[in-house]
Amino acid sequence: MRFLPKHPKRRKRLALIALMITGIGSAVALATIALKENINLFYGPTQILEGEAPKNHAFRIGGMVEVGSVKRNKDSLEIYFEVTDTVNKVPVSYTGILPDLFREGQGIVAQGKLREDGVFVADTVLAKHDENYMPPEAAQAINDAQKIQSTLTGN
Amino acid sequence: MWSFFHRLASPKHFYQFAGRLIPWLGWSTLVLFIIGIYLGLFVAPTDYQQGESYRIIYIHVPAAWMSMFVYMVMAISGGIGLIWKMKMADVVASSAAPLGAAFTILALVTGSLWGKPMWGTWWIWDARLTSELILLFLYLGFIALQSAIEDRRTAANACAVLALVGVVNIPIIHYSVEWWNTLHQGATVTRFDKPAMATSMLIPLLTMFLAFKLYFGLTLLMRARVEILERERDTTWMKEMITESGK
Repeated sequence: MRFLPKHPKRRKRLALIALMITGIGSAVALATIALKENINLFYGPTQILEGEAPKNHAFRIGGMVEVGSVKRNKDSLEIYFEVTDTVNKVPVSYTGILPDLFREGQGIVAQGKLREDGVFVADTVLAKHDENYMPPEAAQAINDAQKIQSTLTGN
Repeated sequence: MWSFFHRLASPKHFYQFAGRLIPWLGWSTLVLFIIGIYLGLFVAPTDYQQGESYRIIYIHVPAAWMSMFVYMVMAISGGIGLIWKMKMADVVASSAAPLGAAFTILALVTGSLWGKPMWGTWWIWDARLTSELILLFLYLGFIALQSAIEDRRTAANACAVLALVGVVNIPIIHYSVEWWNTLHQGATVTRFDKPAMATSMLIPLLTMFLAFKLYFGLTLLMRARVEILERERDTTWMKEMITESGK
């Protein structure tokens, strides 16, 4: 530990700084743990079905667009789909323009209110993309490989 | 090794050493930027999901990394200044602050420009975006505090304490996408697993990162030299140097 200061005054200052950072770190950690609900951007379908989401006022729902659930109204911009966390599903209805990345199997975050009948009426839909970047050919190859895999295992 | 650092702690040696290093840094920064931008815009393939729009990553991600890296440089040199009362550490901390603020603004602006076409919004108060905004306020607070206090010593100490307090925000920015659910996606490169990015896309990103880092080193040394000129204007070595160059 050659880099530690030898002078007692400097040692004291170093200890004080270390103490200050640990103190503030723990205070902030406790505060953020207490505010977890508020910092989280959205509620998942399971949380909503368990009644954790706020009733009677707007909140955000997040999850994947269930494959095969998207239904569009031919005469208007109305769209209906289900948001899933692979365990539970919540139906969502939305009227408006969707982001380009919106598609089945895509992660989305929608803001709106839960209606009495359990349908989430959204007034904005945002697309969430994943952290993977690859050329289209690579994505295609992975897709094909997964298909072969699932045919082989019989799923 | 240690004596090299001890010598750098003297403003005179730092000034001369930085002066010799600047041309090298300048040219390598320029070359790396050209290579990085060329690879990123023309060689890297399009993304399977985001098409061409993802290319803003080559500015956004290095800027965001640098915004955190510069903060650590600022906080650590602030801490060294507090403990060892080293003049050069204060110079480095105060020279780094506006650069860090610039990287943060760049990350926020490019992120916003990227967010609109991909997510569908310019801004959302999720944990990642909000903590990055707090980082900008920390930088601005540091700069404001420094210019508010007349006495150099007091200003440096107060700013160092502010910078050290703000260190707590750095892990929050990094882990925000894991600790809470956010609209911002998780980490692509800085994770324990291998990077979730095709190599042909990753190489330009790392080149740009290196270019940003050298650019920071370059501008930091340039700013520190100006700061030394101002602080040491009444010293004999400075007067000798000026009369020497005037001959």
